[in-house]
Amino acid sequence: MSRFKHEFVEKNLGWLSIFMIIAVSIGGLVEITPLLFQNQTNEPIKGLKPYTALELEGRDIYIREGCHTCHSQMIRPFRAETERYGHYSLAGEHVWEFPFLWGSKRTGPDLARVGGRYSDEWHYVHLMNPRNVVPESNMPAFPWLAENTLTGEKTAKKMEVMRSLGVPYTDEDIAGAKEAVQGETEMNALIAYLQSLGTALQQADK
Amino acid sequence: MSSFWSAWIIVLTLGLLFVLVWLLRWNMKNYTHIEEGQEMDHEFDGIVEMNNPLPKWWTYLFWACFAWGFIYLALYPGLGNFQGLLGWKSSNQDIQSLEESRQAMQASQDNGMIVEYDRAVRDAEEKYGPIFEAYAQQPIEELAHNEDALDVGQRLFLQNCAQCHGSNAMGGQGFPNLTDNDWLYGGEPHNIKTSILDGRQGNMAAFGEQFSDQQITELANYVASLSGRDRDPDLVEAGKANFAVCSACHGADGTGNQQLGAPNLTDNVWLYGGSINKIEETIKYGRNGVMPAWKDILGEDKIHVISAYVYSLSDDE
Repeated sequence: MSRFKHEFVEKNLGWLSIFMIIAVSIGGLVEITPLLFQNQTNEPIKGLKPYTALELEGRDIYIREGCHTCHSQMIRPFRAETERYGHYSLAGEHVWEFPFLWGSKRTGPDLARVGGRYSDEWHYVHLMNPRNVVPESNMPAFPWLAENTLTGEKTAKKMEVMRSLGVPYTDEDIAGAKEAVQGETEMNALIAYLQSLGTALQQADK
Repeated sequence: MSSFWSAWIIVLTLGLLFVLVWLLRWNMKNYTHIEEGQEMDHEFDGIVEMNNPLPKWWTYLFWACFAWGFIYLALYPGLGNFQGLLGWKSSNQDIQSLEESRQAMQASQDNGMIVEYDRAVRDAEEKYGPIFEAYAQQPIEELAHNEDALDVGQRLFLQNCAQCHGSNAMGGQGFPNLTDNDWLYGGEPHNIKTSILDGRQGNMAAFGEQFSDQQITELANYVASLSGRDRDPDLVEAGKANFAVCSACHGADGTGNQQLGAPNLTDNVWLYGGSINKIEETIKYGRNGVMPAWKDILGEDKIHVISAYVYSLSDDE
């Protein structure tokens, strides 16, 4: 066999592609694959609860309105961040997030631990028009959330899908899903979701 | 991490590095039988290729990256379960509660690990801890005249309180003005501090079922008249008859009750708006005011300084 030459991969596109795929995938194989099998990334923290039916609907509204494009949900382990937002985020807090909403851009503040920080009333006023409480805010208003009501038609289905992904919903949770959200405004659902964010870590010690 | 995955990472990482070293060495040799600097034997539209070696600056940079890579993997945690010679990590991630977080912080300090985040927190505690401790020793009345403390208090206020009470602390509809010396739960230093530490729940019941719309209008007019506003005497008189229900919280004379957080209705300060419409709305649907508890978020020392700042806002006399 003649000596393997670089010319070979330069002239054989198929082999070039195969070698490229191998080269590119090494990073993922090293950095991602082991995480899929680690307790640290698969075990929920103590006190973590699945979203209630209403919170789950609120989460979908959060996604629909694109909140995650301006708000992250990931407190990094830097003192400047934990001073402002609370304890840094842990992998175990996000094991039941499908998809996760860590975000990558902070036009607004991080929301990973916004739960309990403000009253429901504040969230209502703020979502209707942020400038009513924070004159300096450049966040859009979301007044239609107060008018739209949820039918709950698909809530049970959503919870079943979540369960198939590993979220420990009980049969009762799913059976009562429609009733729990029917007639609620999207506003209430979103506020319920926001008020649940990041609270499990505080609950864990109590 | 199990030893399988640890080995997986080590083999792939080091394996790739060695493959790359081999690849670079292999490509630095001249296999073309054409001398360096001479033309290769092909030509496309008059464009010819010279047999030039890899640029030297580029290969040196490549070798430097290899060297850095090996040094980094020796010093820092990059190879599976190997913790690195420095004993450094960015933060404790193997924790499942705040208690475990505190324990992990202590444990890594005890066995000499350098945890970057913990170090930053400890440095800050060393630097700022004594300042807050000294402030905590001083009574709030005194601290409210300490310019430095007020600067700190204002920073903390803007960061944590301004979202509801406004950056000028003058509040908004449903969120109390903190500068007007009108207090729902008392304006003494200890009242303010308690409000911040433990939060407050101000619930006004809804009377839309108990009273007709006409009765609510009458009540609203009576309530407005308590602040000396000029209202239709007939409505005022009719409203007064039903005020007994309200007096349970707001007092017979309408001056409120700071134990319950029931607002004073005679001072023309209106948390939820003072128009007849707004007062009617308040009576009909009730109100829910919530001040969150900040003890767990900020800690008592910082709250002490914020209390001094808030106290100073209306303490002009």
